[in-house]
Amino acid sequence: MANLNKKNKGVIDWIDYRLPIVSFLKHSAVDYPTPKNLNYWWNFGSLAGFFLLVQIITGIILSMHYTAHVDHAFDSIEHIMRNVNHGWLIRYIHMNGASFFFIVVYIHIFRGLYYGSYKAPRELLWWLGILILLLMMATAFMGYVLPWGQMSFWGATVITNLFSAIPFIGESITQWLWGGYSVDNPTLSRFYTLHFLLPFLIVGVVILHIVALHTHGSNNPLGIDKKGPQDTIPFHPFYTIKDLFGLSFVLTIFFTVVFFAPDYLGHPDNYVPADPLKTPAHIVPEWYFLPFYAILRAIPDKLGGVIAMFSAIFVLFLLPWLDTSKVRSATFRPIYKKLFWIFVLDALILGWVGSKPAEGIYIIISRLATLYYFVHFLILLPLLGKFEKNRPLPESIGKPVLAE
Amino acid sequence: MKNFIIIFLLFSYTLNLFSAEEALKPEQYNFSFSKPLGKINKNSAQRGLQVFIEVCASCHGLKHVAYRSLEELGYNKDQVNSIAAQFQIDDLPNEEGEILKRKAIYSDYFVEPYKNLNEAKTANNGAYPPDLSLMVKARKDGANYVRSLLLGYNEPPSGFDVGEGYYNKYMAGNVIAMPQPLYGDDVEFSDGTKATLEQEVNDLVTFLTWTSMPDLENRRAAGIKVIFFLLVMTILFYISYRKIWSELKT
Repeated sequence: MANLNKKNKGVIDWIDYRLPIVSFLKHSAVDYPTPKNLNYWWNFGSLAGFFLLVQIITGIILSMHYTAHVDHAFDSIEHIMRNVNHGWLIRYIHMNGASFFFIVVYIHIFRGLYYGSYKAPRELLWWLGILILLLMMATAFMGYVLPWGQMSFWGATVITNLFSAIPFIGESITQWLWGGYSVDNPTLSRFYTLHFLLPFLIVGVVILHIVALHTHGSNNPLGIDKKGPQDTIPFHPFYTIKDLFGLSFVLTIFFTVVFFAPDYLGHPDNYVPADPLKTPAHIVPEWYFLPFYAILRAIPDKLGGVIAMFSAIFVLFLLPWLDTSKVRSATFRPIYKKLFWIFVLDALILGWVGSKPAEGIYIIISRLATLYYFVHFLILLPLLGKFEKNRPLPESIGKPVLAE
Repeated sequence: MKNFIIIFLLFSYTLNLFSAEEALKPEQYNFSFSKPLGKINKNSAQRGLQVFIEVCASCHGLKHVAYRSLEELGYNKDQVNSIAAQFQIDDLPNEEGEILKRKAIYSDYFVEPYKNLNEAKTANNGAYPPDLSLMVKARKDGANYVRSLLLGYNEPPSGFDVGEGYYNKYMAGNVIAMPQPLYGDDVEFSDGTKATLEQEVNDLVTFLTWTSMPDLENRRAAGIKVIFFLLVMTILFYISYRKIWSELKT
């Protein structure tokens, strides 16, 4: 970079003197001091950012061909699939991009749980992350309604009906959301508007998330603070190349799905046009909502189920205070490490049971798994910090790396 | 962690034993397109089009498919026009405002068999025949399902009441409103292939797979190139990553 010819350098300096974008980028994406011991689990933040961009770019192109009207929405999707140049590719990327966005974000969140990335001084960074998750969920839910297939319609009906569980004003709120007395054209067009709007809000929160991240820097697998420059390396080229390698690897998997199994993660019923008179045998949401859907159905009371489902996410906001241990990384917390993997298993069980009909043995499993979900956060984590004996922490990040 | 995964798999397997299946799982058949890199057999799809036009089209639509796209199955423009000409379509209003019929052409979409949903329902005991453009994508394991269904008509077991419908072991609930549409020798294939029931069904499913996924061949061909490119790029990035990080240790 030092070989930039004089003239160019002059122009860049001229601009940077007046609008410091170059020095800002240099500060936060090139020189940015990063712990030298980050493992591959730290790749998923930049991957999430990448998939957000993919969704926005493909989404804007799709919006040029899509028609948000109950009589035309389904047909306009088929128009995209059949008549628009490479429309099938753009739509399949957008469909599966949503799934991969959730996959990388869920891994990113579990990374944070394992290494205690939510602990001081990163509580607000964690909060902003959960806010992004909530916005993603709203966006994905409304996006799934747009093709106006059977699952779009009935998924929207089930989820919007949840608001009717609110005492006294529930009915009015639900009708206000619908813009009528059932899910219909006003619902579709407002969902389209919001589906277009929310991703840009996500971009805004992502910027705040990065500002908060860069204030104290990345956590690291040891979970200890960096002591000085010997513990860090510049982001570029070390982590740019590592992120590029990770991105390329994940893209290989992503495009294998896009090109060879593009409908694998979707539901066949959504290729049947919406029919308000015909309820599908099993209404299931997209896979990334299944754990929460399981929690919703585990509670025998409608309002209780809705409260439990939202609490499952809101409990994450309290996590920095529920986890009373001062040690961040599970590497040095022998019991927490086991509990973490049990929690992962619990989340997987919830996801699996959410895809099954709510009957017989599945109800019992979903109740036990839901109970454990909350016991983990509300009972085990607060107590663990008081009783757990952690393994001795290393003195610095640099030391164990040098010792290898 | 490994233990957890094993426990989870065992756990989900044993639980699957409890879940009652609603209908018989479709029989697996090896179509030309079944393997990940397989293609649509054009001859088979052309015969399937013939079965569709001569049998299915009297009740089922194909509204998302334009005649022009039949060129992808190996027809030329004149052949496509003569296929389209078998169908009558509403013309634009003439100067007097009347809507007359004309023969469908290249650029039209497949003509619908009924004027509207109510006519379709009335003609079919209240159950409208669904559009077939997306049928293979709209069912789980669609190609095998449609094939099994068309071959799966049987006499109902004694004591089983099918009402106004027909018994079919692959249909959820085992009752289907559609009478058995194909018996063998329903059409006479121009290429001399013998029109057995199974031949007709396989050809029709090949055609309907194409109508559901006209992108299938392009998609798979492009996919191979993209995945090859990405694998090479991943390897190059890995080598660069190792090289750049090796400077760190010295």
